[in-house]
Amino acid sequence: MGASNLKCRECGAEYELEARYVCDRCFGPLEVAYDHGDLAADPHQLRRRIQAGPQNIWRYADFLPLANQPGPSARASSRSGLPAGCTPLIRADRLAERLGLREVWVKNDAANPTHSFKDRVVSVASTRARELGYEVLACASTGNLANSVAAHGAALGMETYVFIPSDLEEQKILATGVYGTTLVKVKGNYDDVNRLCTELSGERDWAFVNVNMRPYYSEGSKTLAYEISEQLGWETPDRIVAPIASGSLYTKIAKGFSEWLELGLISGDVPTMNGAQAEGCNPVASAFAAGQDFCKPVRPKTIAKSLAIGNPADGPYALDLARRTGGSIDQVTDDEIRAGIRLLAETTGVFTETAGGTTTAVLRNLAERGDIDPGERVVLVITGEGLKTLDAVKGTFESFEISPSYDEFVDRVEGVRARG
Amino acid sequence: MAVKVKIPTQLRAATGGAGELEVSSGTVGEVLDALFDRHGELRDRLSDGDGGLRRFVNVYVDGEDIRFTDGLDTPVADGQEVQVLPAVAGG
Repeated sequence: MGASNLKCRECGAEYELEARYVCDRCFGPLEVAYDHGDLAADPHQLRRRIQAGPQNIWRYADFLPLANQPGPSARASSRSGLPAGCTPLIRADRLAERLGLREVWVKNDAANPTHSFKDRVVSVASTRARELGYEVLACASTGNLANSVAAHGAALGMETYVFIPSDLEEQKILATGVYGTTLVKVKGNYDDVNRLCTELSGERDWAFVNVNMRPYYSEGSKTLAYEISEQLGWETPDRIVAPIASGSLYTKIAKGFSEWLELGLISGDVPTMNGAQAEGCNPVASAFAAGQDFCKPVRPKTIAKSLAIGNPADGPYALDLARRTGGSIDQVTDDEIRAGIRLLAETTGVFTETAGGTTTAVLRNLAERGDIDPGERVVLVITGEGLKTLDAVKGTFESFEISPSYDEFVDRVEGVRARG
Repeated sequence: MAVKVKIPTQLRAATGGAGELEVSSGTVGEVLDALFDRHGELRDRLSDGDGGLRRFVNVYVDGEDIRFTDGLDTPVADGQEVQVLPAVAGG
């Protein structure tokens, strides 16, 4: 494999590729380091190799921290687990027009097996967990991860423990329990759940995908950058707008572009990176606005529950990335989030959850603020599915109720519309 | 009664394998100093050398992140529990 070791982002200490996420010396986060050897020697050959791969993230296995390509062979990797990725990149001309921009694309990651980008990270974490000999998968989740871990456990035949805040949306709870998992509702917010899971991961021999497997897990988000580049014809976009919860997705998208630029696989630059948070859970956006390089934790209170991490692990790195690429990290109100969901739905036909509403609302604000040059190619990263947060759109539109009568239709529907 | 301090697995090499230690009550800073006096290696791991904590260290008193209270000045009474955990999990 191309992965060579785990390396501390703070002090540079190196470790074997095992289930380990914290530097013993300084408590800094560990990240996978790679030695791609002669892969960069022939970018054309490398592109052909990727294009000949399966229609899922395993086409990028060379750039992921796995000992082996999953499945019986590269071509048959779709028979292993619950393959994720290869989601649509949609040209969103009507959205662009509404915002006064020329070129906007929507990366619709709701089109994954459990309807969020989490299938990418869980595919990598669960496959690596198998390689390391684990039999139990676990996670601390705001909902989407819960769905994905339960489903991947079912597909791989692994036992799963899923820990969630007890006040999660009903849709996300139901779409987890259905796969057959030990579902634990914790009385508290996500940060409480995370604290419990951090403690548990030291006491149980389980693969917690976002705790002790976090270095592998987070690498899965790079595949969003790989796909976007490949779908744009081996070019980087000018700008990415993506949501921020822990900051892992946001920073790993940039890492994906950087890696491929270094290998000469794609042309362009690392895009301007814009991050999106909800005002009710804004530790990274506040720190950005205040010019700080660290985040003060907050107690979340927002409808964007999938982004409700008050104590974001990758906050400092997200701040650094936004500043380094000339981007920003913005926050929007719950009403703007609802309007963002409607805007995306009405102009693209994509119905996203509250996290996507947050991201769309931030794109709208950036456009209105004049931060985006009209000539830019912008990619909006939509990470999850609207059917999981239905309550958010209740009351945002009106409907008509009539008897099955022609006259009533003319009078009470067409008549009202004509008058309205 | 004293204060119980929970030590994460990553730091147990520095405490001779102990996952829980007992020290006298005081502020969080005093509780940690008492730990450092007993197990000197913990100081290097947790302290930023400037009187604060390293940025990827979380400390809780009875489950409450000390950044929501008075940080290292947060009082810890007899019978309360202090927990030290890595900050990089989750998301």
